Amino acid sequence: MKHLSEEDLVLRYYGEPPSGGGDEEHLESCETCRANLVAMSRVLDAMNGLEVPEPLDGLSERVWQRIAPELAESPTRWTDWFAPRRLAAVGAMAALVIAAFLAGRVSQRQAQVAGLSGPVRERIMLVAVGEHLEQSQMILIELMNSNAKGTVDISEEQQRAQDLIGENRIYRQAALRTGDKSVSNVLDELERVLLDVAHSPSKLNSAEFEQIRQRIEADGILFKIRVVGSNLREREAAPVKGRAL
Amino acid sequence: MEQSDAAAVAQARDGNPDAFRVLVERHSHSVFRLAFRMTGNQHDAEDLVQETFLRAYRQLGKFDGRASFGTWLYRVAANCSLDLIRLRKRRQEQQAPVDEEGQEIAAVAAAEDPTPDRLAFSGELNRLLGPALERLSPMERTAFVMRHYEGMCIEDIGRALGVHAGAAKHSVFRAVQKLRQALEPAVSSAKS
Repeated sequence: MKHLSEEDLVLRYYGEPPSGGGDEEHLESCETCRANLVAMSRVLDAMNGLEVPEPLDGLSERVWQRIAPELAESPTRWTDWFAPRRLAAVGAMAALVIAAFLAGRVSQRQAQVAGLSGPVRERIMLVAVGEHLEQSQMILIELMNSNAKGTVDISEEQQRAQDLIGENRIYRQAALRTGDKSVSNVLDELERVLLDVAHSPSKLNSAEFEQIRQRIEADGILFKIRVVGSNLREREAAPVKGRAL
Repeated sequence: MEQSDAAAVAQARDGNPDAFRVLVERHSHSVFRLAFRMTGNQHDAEDLVQETFLRAYRQLGKFDGRASFGTWLYRVAANCSLDLIRLRKRRQEQQAPVDEEGQEIAAVAAAEDPTPDRLAFSGELNRLLGPALERLSPMERTAFVMRHYEGMCIEDIGRALGVHAGAAKHSVFRAVQKLRQALEPAVSSAKS
């Protein structure tokens, strides 16, 4: 007799749809599976008692006091990213970063001529790459979450992926120059995924769309982007020291 | 009259920080509860509340209103927590590499050796639960908290974390498996 797997029991405990049929009949007739379900339920039920302490008084006020100074800028709208002014700013920033990096490679004096110290250059890069990763992540998440039934129109995501490819290349080259392997590797993988998305047909049937999703999932790129993004934020927040990108 | 979340979001998007303050006041306690379950630490939980609202403000343009603001904020909080747990785990691994598999959880549980006569059950469980949750992978812990404590379905967890439902489901299974391994001896002792 084939018993219910632990996975089936977990699904059952949480009231999720079962992966196969016939669970109900089997449970009624199988002592072993019933005992297993009871044992598992007992552990999970016991966990409901995990106490969550009340936060210290004035949580909202403290949080507000800490974040308010950083809310000076209006929140970003998606469309803002593709406004001509914004694109021009991104281009200018990228040019500035490249110039600063090249200057930095040649000599410290030339870097001073470029008007940016090493730490400032690094901060600019951290912020720029962090934002770039966040934009890329949003596209990939949207693709992963799209409804794959029938024909899927990914023309909007393609356009955004196309826009990000150029930036990605610039940041990857900068990371390579500074020897930051973890960043350059992720940007390299991201570039391949963005190219895949940008060069696919804009209207996909569900099988073709599933292939794209599988490519994204197989590369684990979302996970890697999150990890590197988190590293960059940490470095951005850390006191400035002499280090590569 | 109390301003709705939707109205506050609209005003915050137009650059009115006071409107966002309304959202902070309204939702910080529920975000704190989620953050505490993710981190098991009051200090980290408070930092996460702060990070969640900052990230939410920056991403406000991406909030499309299909879900309620509270649900969307939960997703942001879960992702912030995921990042923090990953970061913490990496640091721990750099300090003391550990065996990923469940043997270690069992070893921890066994080392605690809770005898029935001195077992104050709920306190004991809480004591074991912290280390057991610490030993889940970041994805497992996040998916488990969202499923078990927040009551989110597998599909929604996958959507919130940007992974396929299959991956979310697998993370919940693995988490339950590891937690069971760690806690079952204590639960059985308390029952007997």
